[in-house]
Amino acid sequence: MALLEVRGLEVAFPKGPHDEALALRGVDLDLDPGERLGVVGESGAGKSMLAFAILNLISEPGRISAGSIRFDGRNLLTLPAKEIRNIRGNRISMIFQDPMMTLNPVLTIGRQMVETLQAHRRIGWAKARKLSIERLAQVAIPTPESRFDSYPHELSGGLRQRVVIAIALLTDPEIIIADEPTTALDVTIQAEIMSLILRLCRDNRVGLILITHDLSVVAEVTERLMIMYAGKVVEEGPTRQIIDHPGHPYSRGLLAALPQRVERGQRLNQIPGTMPGIADLPTGCAYHPRCERAIAGCHIDIPELEAHGSRRISCFRPLLAGAEA
Amino acid sequence: MTALVEKRGLVEVRGLEKRFAMPTHFLSREKPVLHALNGVDAVVRQGEAFCVVGESGCGKTTLGRIVMGLTEPSNGEVHFDGTRIDNLSDSRRRPFRARMQMVFQNPYASLNPRRTVFDTLAEPLRHLSPQMRRAEVRDAVEAVMLAVGADPKWGRRMPHEFSGGQRQRIAIARALVTDPEFIVADEPISALDVSIQAQILNLMTKAREERGLTYLFITHDLSVVQHFGDRVAVMYLGRIVELAGVEELFDRPRHPYTRLLLDAIPKLEGGSFERERKPGELPNSIKLPPGCSFAPRCPLANDRCRAERPALLPAGPAEVACFAVEEGRD
Repeated sequence: MALLEVRGLEVAFPKGPHDEALALRGVDLDLDPGERLGVVGESGAGKSMLAFAILNLISEPGRISAGSIRFDGRNLLTLPAKEIRNIRGNRISMIFQDPMMTLNPVLTIGRQMVETLQAHRRIGWAKARKLSIERLAQVAIPTPESRFDSYPHELSGGLRQRVVIAIALLTDPEIIIADEPTTALDVTIQAEIMSLILRLCRDNRVGLILITHDLSVVAEVTERLMIMYAGKVVEEGPTRQIIDHPGHPYSRGLLAALPQRVERGQRLNQIPGTMPGIADLPTGCAYHPRCERAIAGCHIDIPELEAHGSRRISCFRPLLAGAEA
Repeated sequence: MTALVEKRGLVEVRGLEKRFAMPTHFLSREKPVLHALNGVDAVVRQGEAFCVVGESGCGKTTLGRIVMGLTEPSNGEVHFDGTRIDNLSDSRRRPFRARMQMVFQNPYASLNPRRTVFDTLAEPLRHLSPQMRRAEVRDAVEAVMLAVGADPKWGRRMPHEFSGGQRQRIAIARALVTDPEFIVADEPISALDVSIQAQILNLMTKAREERGLTYLFITHDLSVVQHFGDRVAVMYLGRIVELAGVEELFDRPRHPYTRLLLDAIPKLEGGSFERERKPGELPNSIKLPPGCSFAPRCPLANDRCRAERPALLPAGPAEVACFAVEEGRD
């Protein structure tokens, strides 16, 4: 069984007094120990919602309305709060887009690291300090002993995100969920941070769920890829396969729209229209109004996520050439 | 490339400098100054898409704002079509305002939320061409909306009713409504989703072909530069470090910073993030290093690089500001 197993996950938000809209519409996800999974989608596709839901962190007025999340065999949705805390931030760590979502601006970095450790295990100050400095060194922070006593505002954005990664690694987690960890950073800093995350996960067999809108980043870092659209998974499978031979028309559209996919100066392959909001989804497949392969049935029924070789695609007319390769 | 060389310059900046006074600490006598631009010379040629790339704090946005007259330079000159414009009075500058327009990064901030789309689009005409009759304004607005793929019925609606991509179309329509020759586009697609980015870039390409526009295109995204640009200036801490044709730059990056930038781009083929990378941070624009600004991060830096400032000099078909390239140490 997978280390993390999500089944039929739904997140609902109120829409009017008696109605609800689904931000996640039945999402399945498996993650094996040490596996690196990318979750890609446009804003509003539900990818961050998925990350928060996995940690049971959906806040009011939203709620998880259906499904299960099993981590190491236990359903996180029915676990008592105390036991969830033992998993969240300990066995599953999170890295957010903005490092200041993790860091407290009025505490030194060292104090925050020691507190994180002490929240999850019995450990003395001196030992916790030593371990924290080791982790700061591991994420290549220059002069970690002096940085231990710095405040977050004394560091640049890139160094702050390194500190967040060091904190995420403190408790030797089995899974790291990273939500757009480099979107706010410059391209040279992004390369530094992503290569660091890649190496740390690979060397220590830490599972990674990398949430991003950037297909190139996913191609660099992950082994498996999940593409989301309007709250559903439209395609899932080995990263390389999907990038080389996308099976869902939306996956193909996303890849084809990238400037690196056309000759210089040629017109880019644009997808017409925009993704619908969760409150006004079309009937049938949510992608059909934008889909060039849509047929009569597409606006009536919602396609299931069906297995095609090593991947799963939810489409009545998947692009299957090379999909079995 | 040779065809471009003969084209005349439409916009020229000479020795541009910009310093911003920073807040002083109440206990300190120091008056910190941020050096946003430290001597930028460039010519944007008629009809080209001139891209400016660099990371945050390199001065690319300040450059665009100074060209548009939204920020005053501390030193240096801006010329448009042979006339110096940075020192003109408001009334004498007005004729130039219709000829040069700007598209901003954030379409949520750049459109007035209390104005209908029609009023937003009509405003530049009412302001810059007061002689136009109402019917003429209405026709011009309708024509520009159709040109950018916006339904003329949108005119009665407010900006908040539109998605980011639709708003950026409206912002582009506003830039095009005065029929300008030159557009400064500051990260026009960075705030948009991938599938929408392609729509907006295609729209800007189409506008360029149909209207013979000249672009100053400011971005951090090198894949967009490669697709859209003719020539590109790479900026680092307020200076141009390399200036070249786009193909030349991507085929043969010369400046060590350009190489670092290109090497950092994630690729669909993978393999770029395998290597360990040491933290390299931009030095602060308040305390600039005395020599080459890139020397503290540069693998090729020697004592001369740390003491003297390299000038932008021809290197093959490109221009590069680097002693290592000059001396053949690269």
